[in-house]
Amino acid sequence: MAKKRMIQAINEALDGEMARDPKVVVFGEDVEISLFGDTRGLKDKHGAHRVRNMPISETVMSGMAVGAAAAGYKVVCHMMFGNFMYTGFDSIANQASKLRYMTAGQIALPIVYMGVFGGGRSAAAQHSDAMHPMIMNLGGIKVALPATPADAMGLLRSAIHDPNPVMFLQAAGRGGEQGEVPEGDHVIELGKASTVQEGDDVTVVAIGAMVRPAMRAAQELARAGIGVDLIDPRTVVPLDSEMILDSVRKTGRLVVVDEARDMCSAASHIAAICADQCFDALKAPIRRVTVPDVALPYSPPLEKALLPNVASISKAVRRLLGKAAEEGA
Amino acid sequence: MSVASSDVNFSDEQMLGFYRDMLRIRRIEERIGDDAKAGNIPGAVHLYIGQEAVGVGFCSQLTDDDWIASTHRGHGHFLAKGGDSKLLMAEIYGRETGMCKGHGGSMHVADFSKGIIGANGIVGAGISIITGAAWAAQMDGKGAVGIAFFGDGAANQGVMCEALNVAVLWKLPVIFVCENNGFSEFSPSSTVTAGNIVDRAKPYGAAHEAVDGNDLIAVHQCAARAIKHARAGNGPSLIEARTYRLRGHVEAEVSFLGSKYRSDEEVAEWIARDPIPAFAKRVIDAGQASQADLDRIEAEIAAEVTEAVLFAEGSPYPDPATQGTNYMFA
Repeated sequence: MAKKRMIQAINEALDGEMARDPKVVVFGEDVEISLFGDTRGLKDKHGAHRVRNMPISETVMSGMAVGAAAAGYKVVCHMMFGNFMYTGFDSIANQASKLRYMTAGQIALPIVYMGVFGGGRSAAAQHSDAMHPMIMNLGGIKVALPATPADAMGLLRSAIHDPNPVMFLQAAGRGGEQGEVPEGDHVIELGKASTVQEGDDVTVVAIGAMVRPAMRAAQELARAGIGVDLIDPRTVVPLDSEMILDSVRKTGRLVVVDEARDMCSAASHIAAICADQCFDALKAPIRRVTVPDVALPYSPPLEKALLPNVASISKAVRRLLGKAAEEGA
Repeated sequence: MSVASSDVNFSDEQMLGFYRDMLRIRRIEERIGDDAKAGNIPGAVHLYIGQEAVGVGFCSQLTDDDWIASTHRGHGHFLAKGGDSKLLMAEIYGRETGMCKGHGGSMHVADFSKGIIGANGIVGAGISIITGAAWAAQMDGKGAVGIAFFGDGAANQGVMCEALNVAVLWKLPVIFVCENNGFSEFSPSSTVTAGNIVDRAKPYGAAHEAVDGNDLIAVHQCAARAIKHARAGNGPSLIEARTYRLRGHVEAEVSFLGSKYRSDEEVAEWIARDPIPAFAKRVIDAGQASQADLDRIEAEIAAEVTEAVLFAEGSPYPDPATQGTNYMFA
């Protein structure tokens, strides 16, 4: 194990896969200089023909990924900000997500669409969306949202190996966060959640950048004698609903923390699955901690007030346990 | 004998091959149109009738290693690139034996083993996909090319500009073939398209050429130049093939359109310029084939059409108990 930053883990995953398989190619806006650092140095190591800067042309870019993958390459298409995917959404929503299905699985379509997502940086409404729920609803595209450097490396490697399109969403502004990363070819199977910590009183499912505040909330709650079973799904397509259901059957309570807007969020989907499949185990209503159905604002205090945080997660848990009044929350 | 043109001589056999390829598309699609009207086909069908010279002119010069991307009007490209008529027909009929096991239908026929990335229900979508396939071909370095067929309507999608830009910058072996058939769905081109489509290559410095899309020999020669240009690593071309959609945008349109969007005179004028009878006359006038040769081809194709329809009609529908959710992730 070695301590690495998130962005370094992503960079090493790309580097390792490019070295291992000459069919892996990376293209996108500014991938040579690399705004975030995740693709930095790859061109010098793997050649200009495999690491290519694109014009700011998301419409053709997302479709080129489909064509190059259909023609036999493993394509990493870096969209920079997740919001920019909307500009190139036809090829994601109508082509990549459906081509294997429409042609009865004639081909593999190994594409990784990469981008950063989420708020917290005063990037304002058009650079801060958490777009994973709408990708979840497309069908045909897997969605990975790593919360740690180790998961980023392992999930990205799996995403590149996967014969299906995968949306790899890195929490914006978290590239510098450090964590232990296993040595060697570290791979995490898509669809396997991780138990961040175990507890008996309440299940908290936290997605992507929400894992860190959920961990802090869990630590705080532990001091109040509340045991949190904290689960990070790591991928929302496929979703490891079994691990979530098992935990809810154990604790009888569920809080889902998701940076998406509340309506049709990953949180609401997870809540629906649990209501459907382990209703008898529930001791209290399911709570969602999400973003209100508004665009994220620019001004720091406004944005901060809308995003889930340690306090709002703790509050949701305490309310579930009927401890709101005594804790003064 | 052979037809002498500027730089190509076609043997009798080649000329009959072109005729056969065009007529095969025509007769198969006429049957699809009839079957659609008879209610035997579940979804919408958009026919290529009148435009066959374009698909055949290009695809007759490609191999299975070359890629094509097509449109909602894609049966002709599928057949011209070597697609199987039985598998096509069964797919359009929604049967388990179809090219895509009934999951795609008319607008999504594809055969990757033959370089057919497929028809596409989204106007202009093939333009970006083929640009990516051409990038793959360039990386492979074996001289393969990618061709996107699309209509004049698709030329008005923004992706056209994006694709020309990157294809010129990267010198991609790609040919953008705009089949200007006169209509964007139900809107005459003149009402939705400014200027000449072929001229849109100029600011990007892409090779470009306008060609009579109803003249197979002219298309073939134009295609030969563009394919040679691409295989040699000289970058993309934009070809505007002027042709005409003899049938409607969609076969069912007479049942829902309240008024006409073109005159009978205009249609009659283009029927007189139908590429297939014109080519037949040319072959016979040049002494390269007899009427008996053409009749023989007609009979062979009629048998193929019958066989394809019998195959489709005789095939089961996919079973919802075991199919329908299999291929999303595979």
